[in-house]
Amino acid sequence: MELELRGIRKEFPGVVANDDVSLRVRSGETVALLGENGAGKTTLMNILYGLYTATAGTVLIDGEEVVFHSPSDAIKAGIGMVHQHFMLVPVFTVAENAVLGDEPTERLGWLDKRRARKAVRDISERYGLNVDPDAITEDLPVGIQQRVEIIKVLMREADFVVFDEPTSVLTPTEVDGFFEIVNTLKAGGKGIVFISHKLGEALEIADRIVIMRRGRTVAEVLPSEVTEEQLAELMVGRPVDLVVDKGRAQPKETILAVNSLSVLDDRNRRVVDGVSFEIRSGEIVGIAGVQGNGQTELVESLTGLRPSITGTVFLNGEDITTKSPRAIHKLAVAHVPEDRQRSGLVLPFTVTENIVLDSYYEDPISKGIQMDWSAARERAERLVEEYDVRTPGTEVLVSTLSGGNQQKVIVAREFDRDVRLVIASQPTRGIDVGSIEYIHSRIVEERDQGAAVLIVSSELDEIRALSDRILVMYGGRISGEFPGTASPTEIGLAMLGSTSEAEAS
Amino acid sequence: MTTTTTAAEIRIRATPEERRATAVGVTLIFLAAFVFWVFGLGVESGSVSTFNLSLPGAVFADLVWAVNSQWLAYAVALILAFLGGLVLRRTHIRLTNLALAIGLGLLALAFLTWAASGKTFSLVGMLKSTVVLSVPVILGGLSGLMCERVAVINIAIEGQLLTAAFVGTIVGSVSSIWVGLFAAMATGAVLGGVLAVLTIKFRIDQIIAGVVINIFALGLTSFLARRVLGEVQDLNSPGRFSSFKIPVLGDIPVIGPMFFDHNMFVYVTFILVIFVHFALFYTRWGLRSRSVGEHPRAADTMGINVFRTRYRNVILGGVIAGFGGAFLTLAQVSRFEENLTAGIGFIGLAAMIFGRWMPIGVLGAGLVFGFARALQQKLGILGTPIPSEFLSMTPYIVTIIVVAGVVGRARPPAADGQPYIKD
Ligand SMILES: Nc1ncnc2c1ncn2[C@@H]1O[C@H](COP(=O)(O)OP(=O)(O)OP(=O)(O)O)[C@@H](O)[C@H]1O
Ligand SMILES: [Mg+2]
Repeated sequence: MELELRGIRKEFPGVVANDDVSLRVRSGETVALLGENGAGKTTLMNILYGLYTATAGTVLIDGEEVVFHSPSDAIKAGIGMVHQHFMLVPVFTVAENAVLGDEPTERLGWLDKRRARKAVRDISERYGLNVDPDAITEDLPVGIQQRVEIIKVLMREADFVVFDEPTSVLTPTEVDGFFEIVNTLKAGGKGIVFISHKLGEALEIADRIVIMRRGRTVAEVLPSEVTEEQLAELMVGRPVDLVVDKGRAQPKETILAVNSLSVLDDRNRRVVDGVSFEIRSGEIVGIAGVQGNGQTELVESLTGLRPSITGTVFLNGEDITTKSPRAIHKLAVAHVPEDRQRSGLVLPFTVTENIVLDSYYEDPISKGIQMDWSAARERAERLVEEYDVRTPGTEVLVSTLSGGNQQKVIVAREFDRDVRLVIASQPTRGIDVGSIEYIHSRIVEERDQGAAVLIVSSELDEIRALSDRILVMYGGRISGEFPGTASPTEIGLAMLGSTSEAEAS
Repeated sequence: MTTTTTAAEIRIRATPEERRATAVGVTLIFLAAFVFWVFGLGVESGSVSTFNLSLPGAVFADLVWAVNSQWLAYAVALILAFLGGLVLRRTHIRLTNLALAIGLGLLALAFLTWAASGKTFSLVGMLKSTVVLSVPVILGGLSGLMCERVAVINIAIEGQLLTAAFVGTIVGSVSSIWVGLFAAMATGAVLGGVLAVLTIKFRIDQIIAGVVINIFALGLTSFLARRVLGEVQDLNSPGRFSSFKIPVLGDIPVIGPMFFDHNMFVYVTFILVIFVHFALFYTRWGLRSRSVGEHPRAADTMGINVFRTRYRNVILGGVIAGFGGAFLTLAQVSRFEENLTAGIGFIGLAAMIFGRWMPIGVLGAGLVFGFARALQQKLGILGTPIPSEFLSMTPYIVTIIVVAGVVGRARPPAADGQPYIKD
């Protein structure tokens, strides 16, 4: 079978997201789709999936034109998609999310929950995904939610499967597992489109690589013919430095001191269990670990979003254990949350409104009880420029921005202050190589100006590239501490729970 | 690790549940003191409250419960204090709500005993009216729930009830009550359809659309009631659905008259609550409806037609409200009057919120409302030292207390009130 998009054009108010794009995928091949943030990858896939209607152009399956009015048409035509932003109902169980739209039922539409659960369990076992079908989706960390999305698409058995940035929140081991799934699907005769900002992944898994820039396809290459550097240059249009450039850390006084902190999750399980560590001014500490080992709750607790049950947190010698998020924020703490759409942004707000979300009540954005919108807009415009946020303007809704550009809005807002402590979860999730370079250099710059930085990421490469010191979290505890130069194997072992504690100097 | 931990540094902080338990415990003990002083010491010693537990003509007639008013108050105070103490120990956090609910029930009992001291009070009569008065509230709440579960706010329940009651009256008068009932439900469906088109297709603000329907319904029915029903009395006498006692069950003391001796509407309402509950949480229809209310885009990507689901549920909600409107004029009373509903639709909406968007919760909230209204009516007859203005506030005060105390934090469907926009 062959799927073809021909001459697709899509206009949004103020932007041409796709401009005469063509793409072809055959059964049994994997096509990687690369491109900077806002290049139009997701838009193209949403058109294929019937979510958007193209301004011009056609979709063909085996040479025959098909028209999709809604996703249900696309599903019927054998197309499946893992969306860039989770399409999961937060209050549903994993099983309920997995079967939604294609439910196993008995007579009279009565749900066969046992069959739904079994189907999820079968798929999780077959592909080694290890997800509890009865877990409430919103209680799960993003990495596991990502697995739920993958399970959803596997259950539908589509002929063509689109994966829009499925790996951005997965750990390296999980990515390997995911690639196995992709290869199994490919061997089973499915056609696959894979979108990612990690160039190495594209080189590893793809049979063909298509590169988009500003709404157009600009190149098509074979993985055997290019290097990562060349790919980066094709995407961004200029050479990109893929290695973080930083000097030695000069740690000074302690900024953050966490002592015996324990935190419960939403189901009252003690997922952070007596954690203690310190971060000094001028150092970057990375927390590595497989998603779901308490990192989410630890960060929520440090930023005041979740009460702790034991222990203390001191910031600059001040006890912030029970302080509110705003009070902590006011002590010069920047926070980049792990789920940008749920806790980082107000989606129905404009870019400007989101930029001043943390400072709307302060001078100069507000004068007394009145907002100074021109000051707000000015700040937004400056940051959009500085962080290269691709948007038609600062007054558009942030929900219309591409995923990576939404992330940049958060990073810009959080870093545009004098900060003493930076807490960043997956700070570059879904951001293209060009912008990662910039954000990484900003993080190092904050460190060199004397901030303490805590990076939490499932991506070991990012942790290793940035951190001066690495803590590994496993089962709610710190299972290991390593210098930033430690090898991935050492760290990987600790991530799986081996407690051979390496002492940092 | 560079830091060491001493035992003194590890302190366990109270979770929000634990803090709430403290508040509830203190409240219960405060109530115990109140009951002791006001309901216990406040009545003459030796006076007796007499409760009738059967209605005249029942199989087990003349069941009476006579109790020493003071002793009952002391007993209740003791139990309240005991419950308060238990809750304060915080060993079984999960039972906090149960203790509070029992406590409030006992408080109501102590209050009634106080009010009836030296007199006779028909307890079963009051419980029976509780059920009857709760019916329109429950139906209104279910109607709202059907809509909000798919993220459409229906504040037009009031107008739907009113218009359906009106149409039901006229059609019932010229034809039969069954045809009247059908016409009332059809009216509800039409108004539900109007709300659906306005909010789903034209994306008019849901609150405004609802208000417009309410104002329109009130104006139109009032005008027509004066002009048409006022002129032609024959159009305003539809007759009514008679009640029928369920054999055996209806003869059980207290429970029988309360639940098993009513007209068709009451039975159907209770069955409907259970039906909607199972449909919502155990069927494909329910799963899809809830997904549309929580995350319409996710539902869309799974191949569910968001718009169709919303239309269907909003119209069904209208049908339920229509059924409730018919109850008002074809069962409770058998004539239509201007603004006959007097806010029941809004109370239904409140019952939905207080019931946490759950059918069973709506039932419970509806019964609490019904109880408070029945209490207000019967206390008026009994004559108490409480001013009547204060008595008419009871339904609302009771609701606020129960809801704030027992229900706690409620979470509406995540997309509630938001139109779905493709592209
Ligand atoms: N619903 C929408 N309304 C208006 N503009 C939109 C909408 N969706 C996307 N856009 C615009 O279209 C362009 C392409 O966005 P798209 O999401 O396809 O980018 P992308 O290649 O997926 O980027 P990323 O890597 O950041 O996910 C962006 O400029 C974005 O602002
Ligand atoms: Mg995208």
